[in-house]
Amino acid sequence: MIVGERKPMEELLGMIEDFERILVLGCKGCVTVCCAGGPKEVKTLSTLIRMDRKQKGRKVITIEASTELQCEPESIRPILEKMANQYDVVLSMACGAGVQTVAKLFPDKLVLPALNTNFTGIAEEHGVWTEACLACGDCVLGRTAGICPVTLCAKGLLNGPCGGASEGKCEVSKDQPCAWQEIYHALKRLNRLHYLKQKPQVKNWPVHPGRVVREDLREVETT
Amino acid sequence: MSFRESLESGKFLVTAEVGPGKGTDVEHLLKAADIIKDRVDAINVTDLQSSVMRLGSMAFSHLLTDMGIDPIFQMTGRDRNRLALQSDLLSAWVLGIRNVLALTGDHPTMGDHPHAKPVFDLDSVSLLEMIGKLNSGYDMAGNELKGAPEFLPGAVVNPGADNEAALDLQIMKMEKKIEAGAKFFQTQAVYDIDLFEKFIRRVEGFKVPIIGGVILLKSAGMARFMNKNVAGVFVPIPLIKEMTDTKDKVKKSVEIAARIVKRLKNLCQGVHIMALGWEKMIPAVLDQAGI
Repeated sequence: MIVGERKPMEELLGMIEDFERILVLGCKGCVTVCCAGGPKEVKTLSTLIRMDRKQKGRKVITIEASTELQCEPESIRPILEKMANQYDVVLSMACGAGVQTVAKLFPDKLVLPALNTNFTGIAEEHGVWTEACLACGDCVLGRTAGICPVTLCAKGLLNGPCGGASEGKCEVSKDQPCAWQEIYHALKRLNRLHYLKQKPQVKNWPVHPGRVVREDLREVETT
Repeated sequence: MSFRESLESGKFLVTAEVGPGKGTDVEHLLKAADIIKDRVDAINVTDLQSSVMRLGSMAFSHLLTDMGIDPIFQMTGRDRNRLALQSDLLSAWVLGIRNVLALTGDHPTMGDHPHAKPVFDLDSVSLLEMIGKLNSGYDMAGNELKGAPEFLPGAVVNPGADNEAALDLQIMKMEKKIEAGAKFFQTQAVYDIDLFEKFIRRVEGFKVPIIGGVILLKSAGMARFMNKNVAGVFVPIPLIKEMTDTKDKVKKSVEIAARIVKRLKNLCQGVHIMALGWEKMIPAVLDQAGI
């Protein structure tokens, strides 16, 4: 999932200072799962905004809504079109992709991000998420026992570890295991240590922004 | 004799190391190099070691060539992408630099600009492959060079990796480095000779010269610091005690280093002495070790 965190309240309140009618727009996808921008968080944030304005003696109307997936135009359009006259600004609680989808579809409305999007990751335990995938476009997990060196090695090394690990931990952080030692143990367990002996790899970095075109799907759409 | 000739002659090699500092003052380093120039086969010049911003390795390597010293130009993948690395290698060649030590490099968070963007476009293995490509007259993209270098590429290995997985991985990577063209290895500092001997037994079949690392111990505190903070370096407790008990730290330091050099003489093909500012002690170390 895409993992995000709500921006500090002070920053959020500063962003919406000029506006009185605010659509707080959550997303029921990833950010609901990581408890950052789902319907529950929309409710909390709206309440906090109203409390702040009340304290300051300033008017505010907050509209609370959540899309199924804010990165999907079809999921946003009905909600935003229906209420187009009721809000001046969208405070999106989706990830960066969701925020940008709203901006693209409604170029006449200002959209503000309520979250900082951190990474594509997994839940380690309740309240702890870690980065897992850099979406580099050339997956090597098949050779590394499902442990990504591009993401989990701080240097993104493809040809084995550097010499910096100490007691199995990365030189960058004592909380971070050396990805290559993890890969070693996993491959050993799977009796696939020979995977480590593959010929040297050089990463061909993708050009940003990325774009995926599936002609087979496009044809179906147009016929 | 150039470092390549020394290496090919099969003699016991002695290399040392200087680390350019932060700023343009190079006088003390040139003096240090001058003191040891007749006792070493080459001097390594570090590349922003510990990820601290400093004067560059290429410029100081070039200054050493002016003094008739054969430098080993250390190059890490930390700060430059493949364009800059290749270009810098061509530049180094025209400046008279003939030996390159390919390293991955410490992460920027280890140094004084912790928020710098880490590059690592190439790592030590792909860096070696690239050097081989340049040597063969082509760049990494396969374009022909007009005038090719003939670098002697080397690499590092950490024989003191602190667990079985780490050591197996070091050795696997060492094999990759050899396949990628490494012609010599310099190691992290060795204090535990028995452990080093076990490592040597595992890799002697590779038939690539290994130059064992020796760091001059300046104090017991420094030893304890390295044990805690430098991956793969372990100073055994009796050695720390020797440093604590001595009244003359310099003398003791030289004595310990000479003892290590003497033992390494029977185990590997050379010693790489990292004096960390005590370069003037290197001749005494070599004298005491009978080199």
